[in-house]
Amino acid sequence: MARRERPAGEPAGAPRQLTRRAFLTRALGAAGVTSAAAYAAYAPEDWPGAARDADGLRSVPAVKPFRLTDFRVAKPVGAPDVAVGHGGDAMTRLRKALDALGGLAHYVSPGDIVLLKPNVAFDRAPVLAATTNPEILAALIRLILVDCRAQEVRVADNPIESPADCFAKSGIAAAVASAGGRVYLPDANAFRILNTPDSRLIENWQFFHRPLTNANKVIGVAPVKDHNLCLASMGMKNWYGLLGGRRNQFHQDIHELVSDLSLMIRPTLTILDGTYVLMRNGPTGGDPADVRPGDAVVAAVDPVAADAWAYRHLLSRTTELPRYLLLAEEKGTGSASTEGRVREIA
Amino acid sequence: MMARARNPVPRIRQMLRITNARIASQAVFFGLFVGAAWATWTSRLGGYPVSRFLELDPLVFTTTLLSTGYVYRFLGAAVLIIAATVLFGRVFCNWICPYGSLHQLIGWLFNVRSHRERWAANRYRPIFALKYVGLGVFVVLAAFGSLQVGLLDPICLLHRSFATAIAPMFDGVVDGTRSALAGAGLDLPALAAVKLAPAGEPRAFIGSFWIGALLVTLVALNVVVPRFFCRTLCPLGAFLGVLSRLALFRINRDASACTNCNLCLTRCEGAADPAGQLRLSECFACMSCIDDCPEDALRFTALRQDPEQVVATPDFGRRQLLFTGALGMLAFPLLKNNGLNTDASYSPGLIRPPGSVEEGEFLKKCIKCEQCLKVCPTNVLQPAGLDIAGPEGLWTPVMVFNLGHCQLTCTLCSEVCPTGAIRRITVEEKLGRGPYRSRGPLALGTAFFDRGRCLPHAMQIPCVVCEEVCPVSPKAIQTEDEEVIDAFGQRVLLNKPFVVPDLCIGCGICQSECPVTASRAVYVTAVGETRSAARRLLLRRRSVLAAQAGAGDAPAASPGAALPATPGQ
Repeated sequence: MARRERPAGEPAGAPRQLTRRAFLTRALGAAGVTSAAAYAAYAPEDWPGAARDADGLRSVPAVKPFRLTDFRVAKPVGAPDVAVGHGGDAMTRLRKALDALGGLAHYVSPGDIVLLKPNVAFDRAPVLAATTNPEILAALIRLILVDCRAQEVRVADNPIESPADCFAKSGIAAAVASAGGRVYLPDANAFRILNTPDSRLIENWQFFHRPLTNANKVIGVAPVKDHNLCLASMGMKNWYGLLGGRRNQFHQDIHELVSDLSLMIRPTLTILDGTYVLMRNGPTGGDPADVRPGDAVVAAVDPVAADAWAYRHLLSRTTELPRYLLLAEEKGTGSASTEGRVREIA
Repeated sequence: MMARARNPVPRIRQMLRITNARIASQAVFFGLFVGAAWATWTSRLGGYPVSRFLELDPLVFTTTLLSTGYVYRFLGAAVLIIAATVLFGRVFCNWICPYGSLHQLIGWLFNVRSHRERWAANRYRPIFALKYVGLGVFVVLAAFGSLQVGLLDPICLLHRSFATAIAPMFDGVVDGTRSALAGAGLDLPALAAVKLAPAGEPRAFIGSFWIGALLVTLVALNVVVPRFFCRTLCPLGAFLGVLSRLALFRINRDASACTNCNLCLTRCEGAADPAGQLRLSECFACMSCIDDCPEDALRFTALRQDPEQVVATPDFGRRQLLFTGALGMLAFPLLKNNGLNTDASYSPGLIRPPGSVEEGEFLKKCIKCEQCLKVCPTNVLQPAGLDIAGPEGLWTPVMVFNLGHCQLTCTLCSEVCPTGAIRRITVEEKLGRGPYRSRGPLALGTAFFDRGRCLPHAMQIPCVVCEEVCPVSPKAIQTEDEEVIDAFGQRVLLNKPFVVPDLCIGCGICQSECPVTASRAVYVTAVGETRSAARRLLLRRRSVLAAQAGAGDAPAASPGAALPATPGQ
C-alpha cells in the first residue's frame, strides 16, 4: 500500500483512517483473487479457461499426430518400374538408370525441395559398405540441383550411433557439402508423432519430421546389405532411419515393421547403390572381405520390386524373398514380381 | 490486569476469550488431522475425505495448477482457504494448520524464557524472509514442470511424517503396551482400534529415519526460535503472506492509546511486530496480542484501520525476487539433468503404484504426502530414496516388493491421492475388464528370473511358490516340467518357472513370496509398465491382441484418422 502524505490541515498525531477508496480497492482484489481461483477450480470443463480435471485424464498431454503426403510421381508411359544402370563410373550408372525411368527431370521439378535419405546408420568408413556410398549421393545431388534446378537438397538420417560422427566418418557429410546439399542432423526437437493409417505397428510413432518440412520430393538412396534378422536391408528397410522413439522394440516383429515403412512413406524414387554390396555379417559389416564390388545402380518407382530385384541379383540370394516384401505386397505398396518390369542398361 | 482486579470479569467471560476460541479451533483441526490419518486405512476409509487437508492447501492448488494446467478432483477446496486469507489474513497458520499447532504446542510446553526474553525472541528478523525464497523457487520449479513443494509444505510434510515415521512409532508403542498388559494377564484386543495402521505385521518404511529426523529437528527448533519453521521456512505461510496483503481484516494498533509496553510481543506467534507497524504478511492472526494488551489499543478489524500502522507486503524487494527466480531457473535443470530418471536410464526399482500417470506427468503432480503409503495395506509402497528416483523424485512412492506386493483388487492408493499423480482408477480398469478389456490390465513392471538362485532351475529342488501365487489367469508364471535324478539319487519332478511377459502385471507377489529372500530369485523391475510408451518392453502384448480378437472388438480408431493430410508436412 502506498504511503501517502498526510493531507494539510489534519492534526498531527491523530490516527489516520483507511480511506473508502483503499478499502474498496482491497475488497475488489480479494474478491478477484477468490473468484479467479474458484472459476479455475469449479467452472465446467468446456468453459474458456476452466482448469477442472475431475478424472485426471484432462492433464494427460494429448498426442497430436501429423500425416505425410504421397511423394510419388507417375512414371512416363512406357517406362519400366525398375531400371538398372551398368558400366562406367557412379555418375554414368546413375544417369543410365534414371534416364531409363524417364529422366530425373520427370520426377523432380524446378524449385522443388528434395529430401534424400541415405543409410548412415553406423560410424563406418565407406569401404565397409555399411552406409550409403558418398559418391552416388554426391552425383545424385548434382543432378538434382544442376539438371533439375531444384531449390534445395536435404540429406537426413537418424543414425544408431552419434549422428555427427556417422555423417562425418561415412564420408557423407563431406560429399553432401561438396555437392551443394544440406545435412539435417536429428535432435530432440526434430521429431513429431506421425500417423500412418492402416499400419500395424507404427500407427502413431515418433518420426524425424524436421527435414520433411515443406519438402515436395523424397528419394531413398540405400546400400544393399545383408541383415542378421530380416535377411536384407535395402530400399524399404532404409526408412527405418527416419523413426525415433524406442525403435529397438521393432525387432520383435521386423517384417511387419519394414512392410509398415512402405506405407509410412511413399517416396518419389528409390535408388539402390550396387557399387559395393555387403554380402555377409550385416548390417554392420566391418571387414572389407564382406564386401563385393558390384556394377549396378537401381532406380525404381516401385520400392518392393527394387528390393526384390536387388535381393536376387545384387545379394545373389536364391532363397525365398524376405517376408516383409510379401507383406508389403499385401499392404498394396508394390509388387515383388519383377517379371517384365525391369530394364537393364549396359 | 489491574483493570480486571478492580472490575472482576465474570469467569464465563474470561473463558470466552478469542484466544481460547483459537485454541479450540486448533484442537479441532488437529484432531481432524489425526482422525484423517487414522481413517487412512483399508478397513476405515468408508468414503471419508481423508486427504482433505491436502486438498484445502492453496499452495498445492496453485503449484499443481502451474505444473499441469489443471485442478484435479477435489483440489478446488483450497479456494476456501484462499477466501479465508483474503478476508482475515493468515488465519490458516494459527487456527487451522495442524503442523503450526504442533509447533506452537511444543514451543509452549518447552518455553523457558522470561517475558523480556520472549519480547526479543518474538521480534521480526530479516532471516524470516527466507521462506519467500523457498516459495519462489518452488513456484518457478512448478511452472517449469517439477513439483517440489511437498518437501516443505507443512501439510505434505506432516502427512508424510505421520505415514512413515509417527504411525509406525505410535503403533509400536500400542503393540508394546498390549503385549506388556497381556504378560500381566490382561489382553486388550480393542487396542488394535487405536493403531494408526493396524496391519498384521509391523510396518517399515525405507528411509523413514530421515523423514522422522527432519520432523523432530524442525519441531525441536522451536526451543531456539519460537515457530522457527512457520516464520522462516514454511512455503505455504509465505504464499498466504503474499495473499494477506489483500486481507480486509487485520490487527490494528491505536497509536494514541498505545503505551509501548511491549506486552503484545510476549506471545506473538508470527513475529509480526504488533508493537509497531504490523507486518501483515507475517501475522498469523493468533490474537494473543489483543488478549495481552492492557490498554485495549489493539483490535482485529476491517474498519477504521490506521494505514500508517501496517507494512502490507513481505520484506522482500525486487532484487530478492530476481535472485529467487534465478535460483529456481537453475534448480530446474539441475534436478532434471541428474540422469537417474530418464526414459533411457531409470532405476529398475522405479515402480509406481497402479493408476500412476506417465513419469514426466507424475513428477508434475506428486507432492510426496505419502497418503498412498499410509493407506497401502501391504506396506509395498515406500518413499523413494535418492538412489531410486534422484533428488527430483525424493520421497515419491515406489513399490518395494521385498516388503509387500500390489494386491490384485485394491485401488486404495489411487483413491486417496489428492493430486492425481495416481489417477483414480476402478478395479475394472486396473484388471482390464469390462470396458477396459481391449486395452488390457495396468502393468506396473515385469517379473524376471534369476535362474542362478531359483531352486528348481539351479538346485534341483522343487518350489514354484511364484507360480502358485501369480494372480492372473492364465498365469504369467508358467513352468517347463522336467524329471531328474537329484544328488541323492531321488527322482524329482522339477517345475522350472518362466515368465510370460505379455501376461505379467508386475504386481510383485512372486517376488515378495519367493523363499530365496536375501536376493530374490524372481524380481520385478519397472520395464514394461503400461503407463509409459517409452518404458514398455514388448512391441505388442499377445494377450491383449487375443482379448481384442476374442471380444470381436473393432480395431481401435486411429486418433489421426480425422486429420487432413497437410501438403508438404
